[in-house]
Formats: sequence, structure tokens, C-alpha cells
Amino acid sequence: MALLEVKDVRKRFGGLQAVDTVSFAVAEGTIKALIGPNGAGKTTLFNLISGFVSPDGGAISFRERQVQGLRPYQVAAAGMARTFQHIRLFPKMSSLENVMVGRHLHGRSGFLASMLSLPRTRREELKAKDKAMELMDFLGIAGLAGTEATSLSYGQQRLVELARALACEPRLLLLDEPAAGLNMRETAEMASVISKIRDMGITILIVEHDVSLVMNISDEIIVLNYGRKVADDVPLAIQKNEDVIRIYLGGDDA
Amino acid sequence: MRSSAHLALFGLIAAVIAVQQITAHTGSGYYLTQLTMSAYYSLVIVGLCLLMGYAGQISLGHAGFFAIGGYISAFLTTHDLTPLKDTVFVAFLNKTGILWAREDLYGGQLLTVQPWPACIAAVLFTVVVAYIVGGPVLKLKGHYLAMATLGFGTIVYRIALGTTALGAADGLSDVPPFKLTPFLEVSGEMSARVQNYYIAWGLVILAVFLSLNLIHSRIGRALRAIHAAQDAADAMGIDTAKYKLNIFALSAVFASVAGVFLTHYNGGIGPSEASIMKSVRYVAIVAVGGMANLWGALVMGTLLNFLSLRGYLGSYDDAVFGGILIVIMLFIPRGLLHTDILRDLRALLPGKAGEEDA
Amino acid sequence: MNVDLFFQYIVAGITYGTIYAVVAIGFNIIYNATGIINFAQGEFVMLGGMTAVSLHRFLPLPSAVLAAVLITMIVGALIEVLFIRWLHKPSVLRMIIITIGLSILIREIALHIWGEGVKALPYFTGTSVSSIKLGGVFVSPQVIWVVGISAVMVALLSFFFNYTIAGRQMRACSANREAARLCGINAKNMVTLSFALSAAIGALGGCIVSPITYVQYDSGTPLAIKGFTVAILGGLGNSFAAVAAGLLLGILESFSIWVMPAAYKDVIAISILLVILFVRPSGLFGSREAASMKEF
Repeated sequence: MALLEVKDVRKRFGGLQAVDTVSFAVAEGTIKALIGPNGAGKTTLFNLISGFVSPDGGAISFRERQVQGLRPYQVAAAGMARTFQHIRLFPKMSSLENVMVGRHLHGRSGFLASMLSLPRTRREELKAKDKAMELMDFLGIAGLAGTEATSLSYGQQRLVELARALACEPRLLLLDEPAAGLNMRETAEMASVISKIRDMGITILIVEHDVSLVMNISDEIIVLNYGRKVADDVPLAIQKNEDVIRIYLGGDDA
Repeated sequence: MRSSAHLALFGLIAAVIAVQQITAHTGSGYYLTQLTMSAYYSLVIVGLCLLMGYAGQISLGHAGFFAIGGYISAFLTTHDLTPLKDTVFVAFLNKTGILWAREDLYGGQLLTVQPWPACIAAVLFTVVVAYIVGGPVLKLKGHYLAMATLGFGTIVYRIALGTTALGAADGLSDVPPFKLTPFLEVSGEMSARVQNYYIAWGLVILAVFLSLNLIHSRIGRALRAIHAAQDAADAMGIDTAKYKLNIFALSAVFASVAGVFLTHYNGGIGPSEASIMKSVRYVAIVAVGGMANLWGALVMGTLLNFLSLRGYLGSYDDAVFGGILIVIMLFIPRGLLHTDILRDLRALLPGKAGEEDA
Repeated sequence: MNVDLFFQYIVAGITYGTIYAVVAIGFNIIYNATGIINFAQGEFVMLGGMTAVSLHRFLPLPSAVLAAVLITMIVGALIEVLFIRWLHKPSVLRMIIITIGLSILIREIALHIWGEGVKALPYFTGTSVSSIKLGGVFVSPQVIWVVGISAVMVALLSFFFNYTIAGRQMRACSANREAARLCGINAKNMVTLSFALSAAIGALGGCIVSPITYVQYDSGTPLAIKGFTVAILGGLGNSFAAVAAGLLLGILESFSIWVMPAAYKDVIAISILLVILFVRPSGLFGSREAASMKEF
């Protein structure tokens, strides 16, 4: 049984069929990439999986549990963490605090315990801080812990966002265009970080525009076009797939 | 972070004691009355600051929660139950010690609820109202949230003004003192002035202590995250609706407790405490203090309420608050008490203010 | 309840409903042009009524009303120029607080100019006791004036937005400010115009209704809340629906006296507002899809 299984998922926005009966599966411990031209429905599919949009039909099962139609926080609690195409860090909070928000699900102190600052709350707080620092260290941004997150450079912000998602200790990590806005060197670094995360045992689903990035690191690739699945295969086969070549070289109808 | 917050708390305690000592030695003890009242209003403002500044949810109806607390406590402690003495329910209450036979000002016999149970009932009722109202209201954003909370405040005001049992336009008076412990009593008696000053400010200090802890905790981070980017907070597993509702209820409790205490201190409450203008004042003060700035809200709250209660603002009282709101929001939207206020003012000069987030 | 009383309630409902609709249209004009809800909208109504009463002491009624409308219009434009125009992408919260501050300030200024007294213009024709028989029902002539002038106003507005260049430019701005700017429309002037227009409409509403409802320095806020309720009920931005919603609210309120003490009349309107906000924020006639696209 795959970790994530998407079956016949559909979503329509007004007159636009954004996602049209798409099915695929992500096996535990692999990196799967979702590519396609602009408006292919990649981000919508992503939002469907992470609970930001409810599907019109179809089923999404994660760890053998139906998750379609759940609210995003419930999906997150089930073990999925995500990043955003347009970075969504919390302004006016330090990088460390941003990452510590990612530890939310692993804390238990409620309003009362927090207000009274009980010993157990303080222990929990220290643990959250240690874990956050450990992750920032892993991504090489420990030195930025005290800096306000939104004042960092674009590449650094991407890493903080990644650290925040990792802080959830997800089983499945959803990365929405993690290389968008990064330069060549930063993109290469991001690729190696993503591979390292997979090696830690975290399954990854990645939406990406940069085809070369995903060719190198993905175990499998799905190609979407006009909301439909065109191909779903290993990178080598995708490179040879004629439909995919037509889509990407614009031989479609131009 | 944490230790500096606690240091500031000690500063507050020292300031509270110092002010009392100064008034005692200069014979200006009469200031304590307004300082005590300001403290209770500051309690509302601290709660509203948590809601508006940290969780980012505006409320134009907080005077409603203050009034609910004050009115329920006033009603229960003044409403004479003697005619109902023989009904099962009242007899049962009487047996449990919740009721209290006492003499009114003219020597007549009264049977009313004791202040403690009245206070607890008032706060519990506020919590229930906060959850019932907050559930749907907090799903709204921006203008809709503002209007809905304004609507809630107006409903409370209209009910207070239009209900004869609540004294209609006159409000409720002859509210008895609230004996907290055998030695502490919330009352407007001259002899209890110093004591009441410390009760009020003790409550504020407690509220600030609890709030500071909350802000710097897992919950506080979650609230700030909701304010900053609700979708991202959601993706981190934060049940945003639940947290917004809880902080709304918490700030309602602060307002309600303030209402209960101030009503016992003043010996009564009138519908003006529920008016929209009061709610707007609270919002104005949080804004002037810098929204997400507990200390700013506290300082400005005490200062402005004190000036207003002493009558220094004269008949321009409301106009001053309106003017403050406009000026602050136009020129220094981040509040008077923040560190780079000069930068904000300078940014205005070339005519290009910085962009801001929602 | 006899038939006569029933129709009296209907007439009262229509009168108040018309004014709510007028306030709601004022909200809509500014909302469409800027995305702002002007919390000082009710103050325009009060200002119009008060100014007209003062001017009527030495001007004949029609000129007093006209002058009051013009003055309020200028106040509206000035408010936009002084407080709104130069803000660069202000947040919703900031705009809410600024317009609330303005409403307080206007009210307090009115208090210092006119005092706390209740004022009213005389009936435009006839007196408070004269009445016209209309299909078996006796109606005060002022009601005819209120309904008639409001109807003409709505017709003129609709003509303005559909057939004049300025009106079409305003509509273009509300549809897409950036695109309108690129087409050479000065969006900022359009916003000023929307404030002026909205103030003028509010002021005229204040004048025509003052013989019936009276006017006082603080009569703006309740009107603003009712007007907002109606604007929401009709779907924010939709002025024709606002007329229907206004009449609906006015009549509902009028009949609420049946079941509740009159002191709670406002509670009815606001409860409706809350229920609508919770259940159907796009309004009774608005589309859900369009509402979800708007930024509140």
C-alpha cells in the first residue's frame, strides 16, 4: 500500500476543470515530482491533497486513511507538511519562532498551562526550541535563528520555510516549487537538501517548474496538462515520452 | 526575552507601589480613585490587546462583555428575592449559602445573591456568550468582522437601555461591596481607597503576567502565526478557528471581570458602559499602544483613561479619542510606543508610506 | 390588529426602509470605488439634516436643502482628500479605524455646533397632521416626498453610472483599478468623486426624512448600522438589491413592534445583520462565488 493514494480526483472552478480525474500513488520513502506547464493544475492538485481545497469527487487516502475534505490542520495532524510556492513565513517573528510554530503539533500545553507557565510547559518549550535549532542547523541556517524571518534573502526564506515544515516531523513532505526564485547555485543546493531529507526517511511530493531539478532527484514523475494526467513514470521514461515532449516543446497546437 | 518580560513586570509592580506612596506622602490620595478605575479599564484593554494585537481579530463590541459582567453581577446582588423565598429553587439556593439576607440603604430587608457566586455566574455567562457569538463571528474577516462585533455591542447596549429590570437608562445602583476575603473588599468607601487601588492593580498585574506567559508560549506563537499568515498556520496543524475562539473568550473574560469589579467599586453600572463609544475607546487605546504591544496598551490605557476620568479632556472627551484614532492610524499605524517611531514619521515626508500587510 | 393599522405599519416600514436603502447606496458607492466600508456614512445623513435645518432659518426650504447637500458633498470630498487619498495601500483594519475615528469626530463637532437638541425640517408640504388618501389608506405627504425623491435619486444614479462618462469611469475603476488607470482614468479622482456622491446622497436622505424621524447629533451611527445591514442583505455593491433589502428591513422592523417592545427595535435589525453575515455573507440576492472573490 502506498503512503499516499490519489484516486479519480476532480476539481472545477467555474468554467475551468482545474483537475480532471487524476489518480496516482506515492510510495513510502520516494521522491515523486509533479510537473506540467503553467495552468496544468499542479498547484490545485497540491491544494487538494493538503486540504486547502476540497475535491468535487474522488478519494485521497493517506496512511490508509481517507483525508479528502479534511481541513488543512487536520491533514497536517495526519502527518503531511507543506511549503508554499509564494513563501508564507510569519512576519514579525524570528526565524527560530517560525520554525517553532512547526513544532505546534508536538506540543500539548493549552491556554491555561501556557498562561501559568507550568514546569511541564517550560520543559516542552525548551524541547521545541532544541528541535527547531537542530533542524536549522541541518539546513545550515542556525546562524539566522534570531533574525526576523521576512527580512532574510529569498533563498534563506525558502530554507526557513523548509525547516518549519520539517519541524512538523511529517511522513509526507509537500514542496510547492521549492526552487522558484532561486539562482542556479541555490537550486543545486536545494536539490541536494531534498535528497538528504528523503534519505532521512521522509517521503516527498514536489511540484516543480524546473524540469532539470526533478529529473535528477525524483524517483518518479507525473506530468499534468490541462488538469489531466499525461504520464506517470520514472524520469528516464518521461524524458522519452512523446506526449510530454510535445507539451514541453509546444508542438501541441502552436 | 522571557527574563526581560519578567523584569518589566517587576517594574510595573514597583511603579504601582511608588505611585501609591507618592499620593500618600503628598496628600493627593484622591487620585487613587481614578487610578483604580483606570486599572479596571486597562484590564479590558490588556485582554483586547491579546485579541487584536496578537491574534489579529478586531472587536468593536468589547464594552458589551464588560457590561455583561457588570450588569449580571449588579442584577444578582441587588435583585430582591424575598417574594420568591418559598419557591423550591430560591429555598434551595438559600440553603447552599449562595444567597445573602442583608439590609438595604434604608433599612429594608433584602435577599440577594452573594457577590462571589454572582461574580462567578457573570463570568461564566460571559464565556457562554463569547463562545456562542464568537463561533460564527470569527469566521468573518475585515469589515464584516468589525461590523458583526459592532452589531453584537449594539445589541447588548440596546438590551441594557431597553430593559426595565436592568434599570433602563438609569442602570442599576446600590450594588453592595464585594468581600473578596475577610480583609479585602471591593467598594468605593473612602476608607478602602488604598486597599482598592491595590486590588485593582493586583488584578492588572496578574493579567499582564498571565498574558506575557501566553504570548511567549506555544499558544502565543500559534496566535501570532494566525495573525501573520492564517493559511500557513493552518498548514502547520493549528486549528485556527479554535484558537481564535479561545482567545476571543479569554479576552471577553478579562473584560467581564473588569466589569464585575468596577461595578462593585462604583456601586452601580449604567448603559453607557455598554455603548459603542466605549468599545471604540478600547480599540483606540490598543491602536495607540501599538497593537501587538501589551505594555504600550497598558501605558496608554492608564494614561488616557486617567485623563478622561479626571475630566481633563472636558467636553472634548470623545472627540479626543476620535482624533487620536485618526492621527495614529494616518501617521503612525504601528502605534505611539514602538522603537522606530521616527522612521515612520520620516517615511511620511517624501509622501510615500511603506506598504503594509493585512 | 385592524387593516388600517396594518397599512400604517407598512407605510412606516416603507419610509424607514427607503432611508436605509439610501444609506446602503452610499455605502455601496464608496465600496465599489475603493473596497472601503465607510463607517462614517451615517454621519453624512446627520450632517445633511442638521445643516439644512440651520440654513432653513434664513433660506427657503428648497435652497436650504440644496445648499445642505452641496456642503455635505464638499465635506465628503474633503474627507477623502485629507484622510484617504494619500494613504498607500492601507490595510482594511487601518481604514476601519480611520473611518470610525472620522465618524466620532464629525459627531462631536456636530454636538459642539448644534448641541444635543432634536431638530427637524418642516414638512415639505402640509403639516404633520395632514394626510393624503391613497387607495383607502391615509398617508402623510412627507412619505410621498421621501419615496418620490429617493426613487428619482436611484433613477438618476443608475443613469449616471450607465450613461455618463464620469459614471462609466467610476464603474471601470471599481471593476479593475489598475486597468482603468492604464486607460487614462484618474482613479484617485474617481475615489474623491465617490465620497462626494455618497455624502450628497446621504445628506439628501437626511433632509427628506428629518420631518418624520427628526435628527440629532448622534443619529448617524444607528442609521449606519441599519444601512450596512441593508447593503449586506442586498449583497455588498449591488444598489438595486439594496432598495429591495431596505424596504424589507424597514417593514420587518415596523412589524417587530408586534412581538417585542419598541425599545428592542434595533435589536431586530442587528440580529438580521448577524444572521445574514453568518449564513449568507454574499447577501440575499448576491452570488456566493462573487462574494468569495472579494477581499473583506
